Amino acid sequence: MLLAHLSPLAASLFSLLAIGSLLFAFVMLGSRWLKDYLLAFTGESWLIAALSGAVGYYGNYHELYLVAILTALFRGLVLPWLIWRIISRLAVERELHVSLQPSSCLVLGALLVLFAFVVSNHLGNALGLGGTVVVLALTVMLSMKLIGFLMLAVRQEAISQVLGLLVLENGIFLGSQILVPGMPLLIELVLLFDLLVIVVSFGVLVRYLVAHVGSTNSRELRRLAG
Amino acid sequence: MIMVEALLVLVVLAPLLAAVVSVASQHATVAEFANLTASFLCVAVAIWLVAHVGGTMTFVGRYVLLDPLGAWTLLCTCIVYALASIYAIGYMRLLKEEQNRLPAFYALFALFAATMICGPLMNNVGVYWIAIELTTLVSTFLVGFERGREAIEAAWKYIIVVSAGISLALLGTVLFYWAGSLVLGPTYDMTWDTLRRTAPQMNPALTQMAFLLVLVGYGTKAGLAPMHTWLPDAHSEGPAPVSAMLSGALLNTAMLGVARFLTVTDAASSSMLPRTVLVAFGAFSLFVAALFIVRQQGIKRLMAYSSVEHMGVLALGLGFGGTLAIAAVLYHMLNHSLNKSLMFFGAGNAMRTYGSREIDAIRGVWTRFPVTGALWLAGAVAITGAPPFGLFLSEFTLMRAGFATANAWAVIAMLILLIVIFIGFLNHFRAMYFDALTPPRSPLAAEPGARLNAWMTVPMWLALVPVFVLGIWWPQPLWHFFEAVAADLGGGAR
Repeated sequence: MLLAHLSPLAASLFSLLAIGSLLFAFVMLGSRWLKDYLLAFTGESWLIAALSGAVGYYGNYHELYLVAILTALFRGLVLPWLIWRIISRLAVERELHVSLQPSSCLVLGALLVLFAFVVSNHLGNALGLGGTVVVLALTVMLSMKLIGFLMLAVRQEAISQVLGLLVLENGIFLGSQILVPGMPLLIELVLLFDLLVIVVSFGVLVRYLVAHVGSTNSRELRRLAG
Repeated sequence: MIMVEALLVLVVLAPLLAAVVSVASQHATVAEFANLTASFLCVAVAIWLVAHVGGTMTFVGRYVLLDPLGAWTLLCTCIVYALASIYAIGYMRLLKEEQNRLPAFYALFALFAATMICGPLMNNVGVYWIAIELTTLVSTFLVGFERGREAIEAAWKYIIVVSAGISLALLGTVLFYWAGSLVLGPTYDMTWDTLRRTAPQMNPALTQMAFLLVLVGYGTKAGLAPMHTWLPDAHSEGPAPVSAMLSGALLNTAMLGVARFLTVTDAASSSMLPRTVLVAFGAFSLFVAALFIVRQQGIKRLMAYSSVEHMGVLALGLGFGGTLAIAAVLYHMLNHSLNKSLMFFGAGNAMRTYGSREIDAIRGVWTRFPVTGALWLAGAVAITGAPPFGLFLSEFTLMRAGFATANAWAVIAMLILLIVIFIGFLNHFRAMYFDALTPPRSPLAAEPGARLNAWMTVPMWLALVPVFVLGIWWPQPLWHFFEAVAADLGGGAR
């Protein structure tokens, strides 16, 4: 297995990239501006693309180069561009009503990372991989998952929710690059395609929201209950 | 083999073709009948497949799978698709303001059916996830089809909640792949079969965590409480044929994933934890459904919560395990698919006639439409699990199976909650059939509403008669078929 005997340089490079992506997730948590979210998401995607390339290089998985290029292209360019187009059509630039202040979100996010670390450390030890980059990858994967859910829970703008979902996705993708670099190429390609379809669907739905609800804030969506 | 392969291609291609024809023709009648033809073809193929499936077969480089469980789910899906297609013709014609969007509706409808048909046939675990995700994307636009404020709200909640939930299933899938890669090496074909064969060497802690993630993920899609929050909104806001498809077909395809992952987890460790969690989700779903059914005000939301209830029953059965429980689960799946379609058709008819989705506004159903009313009432009695209908038989068998397991407490809970649901559900029907309209509401007679046509009552007959027959006669061949599935699922009771 690749991860058990990595060169120290490779291990630290992987760690750096993974932690960098996690930091971007925190940037999203700590801001209220939709464009900040988008930029942070883009940065995160580029780091993940770099990670794919690095794993491909050090692990001799040449098909990962292709994945890296496609990730940069799709997650780093096409998706942000699509979302940019949606944002620029909306009258909203930032979250107006937050149910939790960004500062509190950061603290909560830190707690979630701690929780993710405890779980990953436990799993890592159970697998006899404690102290390796595996634990870090698992931690980042679970943290991004939890942070994505936190964003979905406390942010109310439609765009924030879409980006929250994409952070969930990014977390899984990042983790899978380190944990299961040998995942068949076909699956990865289909996943990328799937992501594209999701974002297009969201674009259409946001347009409906504007046209028929008159707002993209989910606070307005409370007619259906019980 | 060639024959089966051709039929599998046909069953996926037929709805896709119908979608293409609908878009290309831009003509409502052509779209209606293209869709109808495709759905009948699908049912015929599905019946043939169920009758002839012998063991597990794989095609196209092991990406496509036909096994008894998949064939059965496929059959349930196709039956609902056919019933809903008949009903849609009558129902959608009544939506006066949507007439020029009908081809788009049928294209989406057929596409939705195609994605649901693909799900059970996917052998690769990752591709199965994608098929399920695609069902969400397509059906979102069906839920929001009427473009009202509520419909868009429901569609938005649906896509956000389900996408977030199902991303957990993806995480679980990646962890399963990882657990397998620690045994098989970094690259392998992650099929259901490979996973199960490798499972005994996998790390139990890792597989359990992966299973819990998958359970929450696909459980969201299957409408298990407390992840069910999207379900009442989506099921009540879509047009009635769409509600029937969501409820009778879609939930099953997601439940199938839970069932298949459960066998992998079973093979990995002998821990009771995964099953107990599944049983707990099932019991909690019944509990939540009971609470919301008793005090429900919307007619389609009532049906939606009944779906939460029945998915809870399926989860309980899967959690119990063993041949008897698996047989009961499969029988219940079919009965529920038929019966819930009937209920949504009736609800659609009532909504169209009375021009309201509130239970309070629907009064005097007997006098308004005696035949449809009788069918709907019989369906209501059946869906609450009263004899002599199929659901009574399957729920009864399921309880018998449950008593023999370590989770017998859940059977007691199930029994009590089913009685509560029975009373609550039928109380609404009593009011709708026998109560006079309450004074504050103006009599709706001023707006005579739409006249029901044969397209809207025939599928109700087609659904009710089998539910009745299955209630008094559990065919022997079906029993053997269920035994085969249970053996496939490694259904040893613990």
